[in-house]
Amino acid sequence: MPSTITSLRVGRPTRRSTWRRRDNAVGYLFVAPQVLGTLAFVVAPLVMVVWYSLHEWNVLANTFTFEGAGNYERMLEDPGLRNSLVVSGWFSLGLVVLNISLAMVLALLLNQKLRGTTAFRVMFFSPVVVSLVAWTIVWGFLLQADGGINGFLSTLGIEGPNWLRNGTTAMISVIVVQVFKNVGLNMILFLAALQGVPVEIQEAAQLDGANAWRRFWAVIVPLVSPTILLVSIITVVGSLEVFAQIDVLTQGGPGHSTTVLVYYLYQQAFEFNQFGYASAVSVLLFVLVLTLTLIQWQTRKRWVFHES
Amino acid sequence: MIHRRTTVSILAAVALSTSLVACSAGSDPGPSATDTGAAPPAAPVNLTMTVWTANEDQLALFDEIAQGYIAENPDKVASVDFEVIPFADYTTTLTTQLAGGSPPDLAWILESNAPEFVQSGALTDLRGTLEGTPGYEMDDLVDSALALWEDGDSLYAYPFSSSPFAMFVNTDRIAAAGTANPADLVNQGEWTYDAARDISAASVAKLGGAGLVVRDFEYTVWENLATVWGGWGASPWSEDGTTCTFTEPEMVDAMTWIHEAIFADSAIPGPGTSADFFAGETTMTVTQISRASALDGSFEWDLIPLPEGPEGKQNVIGQAGIGVFAQGANPQIAADFLAYFTNPTNAERLATYFPPPRESLLTAEVLAQANPLLSEEQLQAVVVDGIQGAKTKPSHQNFAQLQDTVRAELDAMWQPDADVESVLADVCTAIDPLLQG
Repeated sequence: MPSTITSLRVGRPTRRSTWRRRDNAVGYLFVAPQVLGTLAFVVAPLVMVVWYSLHEWNVLANTFTFEGAGNYERMLEDPGLRNSLVVSGWFSLGLVVLNISLAMVLALLLNQKLRGTTAFRVMFFSPVVVSLVAWTIVWGFLLQADGGINGFLSTLGIEGPNWLRNGTTAMISVIVVQVFKNVGLNMILFLAALQGVPVEIQEAAQLDGANAWRRFWAVIVPLVSPTILLVSIITVVGSLEVFAQIDVLTQGGPGHSTTVLVYYLYQQAFEFNQFGYASAVSVLLFVLVLTLTLIQWQTRKRWVFHES
Repeated sequence: MIHRRTTVSILAAVALSTSLVACSAGSDPGPSATDTGAAPPAAPVNLTMTVWTANEDQLALFDEIAQGYIAENPDKVASVDFEVIPFADYTTTLTTQLAGGSPPDLAWILESNAPEFVQSGALTDLRGTLEGTPGYEMDDLVDSALALWEDGDSLYAYPFSSSPFAMFVNTDRIAAAGTANPADLVNQGEWTYDAARDISAASVAKLGGAGLVVRDFEYTVWENLATVWGGWGASPWSEDGTTCTFTEPEMVDAMTWIHEAIFADSAIPGPGTSADFFAGETTMTVTQISRASALDGSFEWDLIPLPEGPEGKQNVIGQAGIGVFAQGANPQIAADFLAYFTNPTNAERLATYFPPPRESLLTAEVLAQANPLLSEEQLQAVVVDGIQGAKTKPSHQNFAQLQDTVRAELDAMWQPDADVESVLADVCTAIDPLLQG
C-alpha cells in the first residue's frame, strides 16, 4: 500500500533523513562565517553604496539629500570622469598585455630543467609578498629625475627622462611598477599549468615535425588556456582597482594623465567630500568590472580548451 | 529545495541589510545635543582632539594642560585623548571620521581648509564660550589672526599657531661658495628675490646640491609659492574668491621668474629632484620657524626674513586653528576645554612651539624663552615683524578641488620649454567654474 508507506515516512523521519538534516546543519555552520562575512562586508556595503549614490552627501555640512538619478546624470557630463575612464583603459590594456606576456615568458623559461631555476622563481615571486606601499615608495625614489634608474642610464651615456613628470612616461612607469609587483603570481600560476601539460603530447607534436613555436601555439597554449582565462580575469579586475601606486607615485598627474577611475573616485569622496557622487562612480566601477568579467567568462567557449 | 531555501535566506539577509542601511544612512542626523539645548551628560566624558604633530614634547605639553583641566573639572571630563593623524592624510582622515559619524570633539584645522570648515556649519561657534570664560582676555587676540576663522560675529576656531614663513640660510655653503651673505644684504636693504636667486645659482654652480628650495612645494603644493609671488603682489584669486587672478601681470611676472630660476638659472631644483635643507646640501629654504627644531648643528645657519620682490616684501603666515565639531558628542564641554587650553597662561606654554595669536605674547622676549635656537633679533625680525601685515596662504571654500585643478594645470609649466602665460590662462579656464560655483 504505497499511500501508507508515504504517510509513515512523513510521520516518522527515517534515520537517513535525520542524518542528512544534521549534515546540512553542520554544512551551514561551516559556511556561516563566510556567508555572514560576505553579507556584512561585501553585500551590505554594496547596497549602501547604491543607496548613497542616490543622494547628495556633504559630510562637513552634515546634509544627506535624496537626489534620485542626479549623480548619474552628472556622470554623463563630467569630463574628469571621461578622462579617468580613458586613463583606466590605457592602464588596464598596458598592464594586462605586459603582465600576462611577461608572466608566460618567465614561466616558460623557469619550466626548463636547469640549475638555479628555483632561485629565479623566488626572485620573481618575492615582490608579491612585499608591502605594496613600501614597494611603490622604493620605485618612487628610483624613478626620480636624479634617482637610481637615471643614475644607471647615465653610466651608459644615456640621459634618462624625468619619468614621473611626463604623461606618457608616468603612465609607463606606473604600469611597469605594477607589473613587476604582481607578475610573480601569474608566473607561478602559468608554471603550474605548464607542468600539467603532458610531455608525451609535446613529444608527439615534435615527432610530427612541429617546431618550438608551433608546439607552443598549437599544443601548450590550448592546454594552459584555462589558466590564461583565470589569469586574465584576475589581472583585468586588479588593473581596474589600482590605487596605492598612483597615490604614492603620481597623485594622478602630471595633469590628470594617471588619474585612473579608482583614484578619481577617491578624490571625489575623500578630498572633495562628494560622497554621493563618489558612490555613483563606484557603482559605475562595479558595473564595469562585472561586465568585463562576464564578457571574458562568456567568450571562454571560443578559446578555452575543454570549454566549447 | 535546499538551493531554493538558501537563495531565499540570502535575499532576506540582503533585504534586511538594505533596510538597515536605509534607516541609518537615510536619516538626517539632525541637530546635536548642544544645538537643542539638551542638558550636558551627568557622567564625566572622554574628549578627543585630532592633531597632526607627532612630536613627543608637544604631545606631552598637551597632556599636561589637559590634566590640569581634568583636575579642575573632574565632574565634566574624565580624559582627553590627543589622536595623531599624519599630516599628509590629515584632512582626508578627518572628513572620513565625519562621514563615519564619529568625529573627534576638537580638531586642528589647516588654514587652506578654513573657509570650507567655517562656512559648512561643521564647527561650533566659540565666541560666546571664549568671551564668557573668566580671565580669557579675548581683546588680547590679534584681530587679523582671527579673520580667517570668523563668519559674521561668529568665531569657529582658535588660531593657535600663526607661523610666519622666513628664509633659513646655510651659511657654511654661502662661505664655501664665496657669495654675498644674505644677512648682510638684509641689513643693506638689498635682500631681494633676484639676490636670493643669484646666490643660490652661484652656490649650486660651485658646490652642487640645491640652491633655493620652497619647502614642501615639491611641484604639487603650489600654494606654498605664495611666499614667493607675494613679493610681486600676486595672488591666485580675488579677495572675494570669485575671480581667477593667475593671468594678472604680477602673477605672470612672478611665475616667469620662478620658471627661469628653475630651468634657466638652476637656482631652484627642478621637478623630481630631491633636496632637503636640513640635510645640509641646500643653500637656502623658505619655510616656517617651527622647522628650526630639525636643525641638528651639523652646519651653520641663519634665519632671515623673506626677500623683497618688485612690489616689496610680503609677509606670509601659515595658520592652524582648533575647532570644536558641532556633530561631536560633547561640543559644549569641548568648547569649555578649548577655552582652558588656550587661556593666557596655557597660550604662553603653547608658544614654545606655536606662535600665538595673542598680542601680549608676540614679543621677542617671550618667544626667545620658548625658542632657544633662535636669537631675540631673529625672532623680532622674522616672527614679531613677520606677522605684521602678513597674508595667510591661499584658502578658499572650495579649496580641495581648486588645489587639485591648479596642480594639474600647473604641471604643464614645469617643463623647460613651457609657455608660462599660456599655462596660466589654462589655469584660469579650469578654475573659473569652481570659483564661480
